[in-house]
Amino acid sequence: MNIVNAIVQGIFLGSLYALLACGLSLIFGVMRIINLAHGDLAILGAFLVWVVTDKTGISPFIALLLVLPVMLAVGYALQRTVLARSLRGGPLVPLLTTFGLSIVLQNGFLQVFSPDVHSLGSNVGTLSTGSWKLTSDLSIPYLGVVLLVVSVAVLGGLHYTLRATAFGREMRATAQDPDTAGLVGIPASAIYARAVAIAVATAGIAGAFLAIRSSFGPASGPAQLIFAFEAVIIGGLGSLWGTLVGGIVLGVAQTIGATIDPQYSILTGHLVFLLALVVPRVKATAPRKAFA
Amino acid sequence: MTVLEVTDLHAKHGLLHAVRGISLALAEGETLALVGANGSGKTTLLRTIAGAHPAEKGRVRLDGVDITSVPAHHRVRRGLALVPEGRRLFPELTVLENLQVAGRRGRRGEWTIDTVLDAFPVLRPITRKQASQISGGQQQAAAIARALMTNPRVLLIDEVSLGLAPVAVDAVYESLTRLLGSGATVVLVEQDLERALSVSQRVMCVLEGHVALAAATPDITRDQVTAAYFGVRSATAPAPTAGTATSLHAEIGTP
Amino acid sequence: MTTAPAATRPAGNPTQLRITRSTSASRITSGVLLAVGVGLFAVPTLFGTNAVVQLTSLFIYMILAVMWNALAGYGGMVSVGQQAFIGFGAYATIWLTQHGVSPFPAMVLAAVSAAVLAALVALLVLQLKGGQLAVGTWVIAEALGLLIVLDTGLGGGTGISLQGLNSYTPELRHAYIYWLTLTFLLAILGALFLLLRLKTGAALQAIRDDEEAAASLGVRVRPLKFGIFVLAGFGCGAAGALILANTLFIQPQSIFGVQYSAYMIFMVLVGGLGTFEGPILGAIIFFVAQQQFADQGAWYLIGLGAVAVLFALFLPRGLWTVVSDRLPVQLPLGYRLSTSHPSMKEQHG
Repeated sequence: MNIVNAIVQGIFLGSLYALLACGLSLIFGVMRIINLAHGDLAILGAFLVWVVTDKTGISPFIALLLVLPVMLAVGYALQRTVLARSLRGGPLVPLLTTFGLSIVLQNGFLQVFSPDVHSLGSNVGTLSTGSWKLTSDLSIPYLGVVLLVVSVAVLGGLHYTLRATAFGREMRATAQDPDTAGLVGIPASAIYARAVAIAVATAGIAGAFLAIRSSFGPASGPAQLIFAFEAVIIGGLGSLWGTLVGGIVLGVAQTIGATIDPQYSILTGHLVFLLALVVPRVKATAPRKAFA
Repeated sequence: MTVLEVTDLHAKHGLLHAVRGISLALAEGETLALVGANGSGKTTLLRTIAGAHPAEKGRVRLDGVDITSVPAHHRVRRGLALVPEGRRLFPELTVLENLQVAGRRGRRGEWTIDTVLDAFPVLRPITRKQASQISGGQQQAAAIARALMTNPRVLLIDEVSLGLAPVAVDAVYESLTRLLGSGATVVLVEQDLERALSVSQRVMCVLEGHVALAAATPDITRDQVTAAYFGVRSATAPAPTAGTATSLHAEIGTP
Repeated sequence: MTTAPAATRPAGNPTQLRITRSTSASRITSGVLLAVGVGLFAVPTLFGTNAVVQLTSLFIYMILAVMWNALAGYGGMVSVGQQAFIGFGAYATIWLTQHGVSPFPAMVLAAVSAAVLAALVALLVLQLKGGQLAVGTWVIAEALGLLIVLDTGLGGGTGISLQGLNSYTPELRHAYIYWLTLTFLLAILGALFLLLRLKTGAALQAIRDDEEAAASLGVRVRPLKFGIFVLAGFGCGAAGALILANTLFIQPQSIFGVQYSAYMIFMVLVGGLGTFEGPILGAIIFFVAQQQFADQGAWYLIGLGAVAVLFALFLPRGLWTVVSDRLPVQLPLGYRLSTSHPSMKEQHG
């Protein structure tokens, strides 16, 4: 695998990471909490799409459309039950509750779906295997292009919603000052619930694409959370386009690492993340930056 | 007709009993000036009326409806708006967005983006600026304009002129006076007694969480207000003392 | 607020206020507990190997719980990556024994080197806040685990055994491990007790309650958090070395596994976040739960997670606060304010 091909494949892999990361970024931006169950919620989406596909034989993409409303409802309920109460308990409590939830979800998957690893790759036909061969070393996989397009569409859509819609304005206002938001008539808890619903839905989309692109099992969530978090930090907090860039940087780092030895793939991603931590740019943007 | 009625309201900050049994009633079109020293409980009173702070005891009624346990954002829909201390604009939203965000959930009425910009012409040239980038006077104008966007029945303004340059105070009061002249119902907190008395029909002086003096503005002299402000019984009393300090003898044991 | 009763009294008749750290009852309690701690050293001479092994794992849990509580309960740092130091302590022990150090000194040295690692990691992660620190430490644990997998000298991904303990009879080996575990536990509890008793105690509690307010009052937050992080690195490194000694075989996937963080969070939340005694209670509860329900597999872990969530939401200070309210005596860690009126007694712990 040459370096150009590695970079191209990295961009497609990074699109998946950006898709995983945008929900994490949204919840952090609006509510200042890191949802440690985010990866497991993505896996929940993957399992739901897998179940629907498996039972009905329809395309995973149509199954995803059916699953999305469920994921929205899951997110809404998550905020209304666990997170709303956690937020009142101070900064540590949301971390503890979402981590506990992560353990419940992982073991719940194990109990319900068995430890088997699944993939939806075979359910999308040539989309998962086909590619345009440009040269002998460089090919563009169909699925990679779909991922990049979906990822740009989802992050772009979120960005547009935040910047240019009345709901987005309310989300930004609540992110900046939830008390004052109440004083101009914005119900902060309803805004939070919708933000979490959207975030969980994007996690579901990411989970479905993870299942189509490679495979997943009950314990896949934590790794997805870590990749999502790395993408958010590398891209700089508080910016969705930054998250897209961060995801792609992480993806490219992993594919370049893999050209040396497949074992170096994930490790290289971690090292790039740790490097991003020491770079002062991240330090400057880290504290309390809301979606501007 | 009474629009806002507060009965025996109490509010606490932890162990500090900030508001201790305040009652007031406000008729339509009336302006009430709240005066009192720092820490006397004015801000807590306004925040409790607006629902931003929980009431310990007592009742708040708007148009006869008990709203004591209604959350702040619902009070806004019923027609209660607070301009909070320190303005509290959304710093990373533009001035225009600050106005739009308030216009969405409140009541419908005469106040729209256009009419509030007419009322506060100083905002017209800066609608696209981020709220954190504008001057204190502009922020105060924007904060009042933002509250008006909810078309309140009663407008509560905390610290109209605090921290503003004299020119900015003039500009804010120019708009405010016109607003009050048009029949708005307002409670305002103002440290500048002269200003407070000039725009209000009634004045209430708060001392250590309770009402030290309440009267119609024409019936009262500046000296009487000053005396109440410092907690002095008679206007002719000697130099006022702020609070009553009791000396504390404590023996601090070392471990 | 402790001066409030006096402030309302007439100035001419000042109430005598005295602040004390301990009562004779709490001094006796401390003495008894210290005696129990010392007495525990006699266990291997009195009981069989099974009890010794069981107690060893209980004490390892206690070390982990106490360390995680120090991080989160006193330092305000939620780390999901303490397994970095557990794994490092275990693998440092392996590495040292491979290089001619005998196992028991190797375990102590491994704990110290985990503290050094923690100091380095602290430089990187202490600038992070809240959830960022949580995931940041986790990434470090994952990266360390992957590095170990790459090192065939340390067994790579398949795992490795601890050599050099075969020269001891099993009874003696378990007794030594027990004594070392108990020593580590008491040393860590002693260090934490001192931290809380000295001037740093009030500062730590201020950080626990509100870090920004503490900083604005002049509490030097950074050095204290650094110190706690290094101490936690030491304790978790020691726990890792002890886990290795107890099981004699480790694999990177499990010793660097995030389940250790889950256990620590469970123990501390159930026992009592930010209390001295809570994590010890939590470790005992976890130990019993482990004995009773571990064979339930996934359901057991679902239960652990759910209980942790419920405690975080509804009883964030854990069971210890429920227990201690009913106890007549406390450890002399707080400040007691006494006045001439017994009814005015207040205690801040």
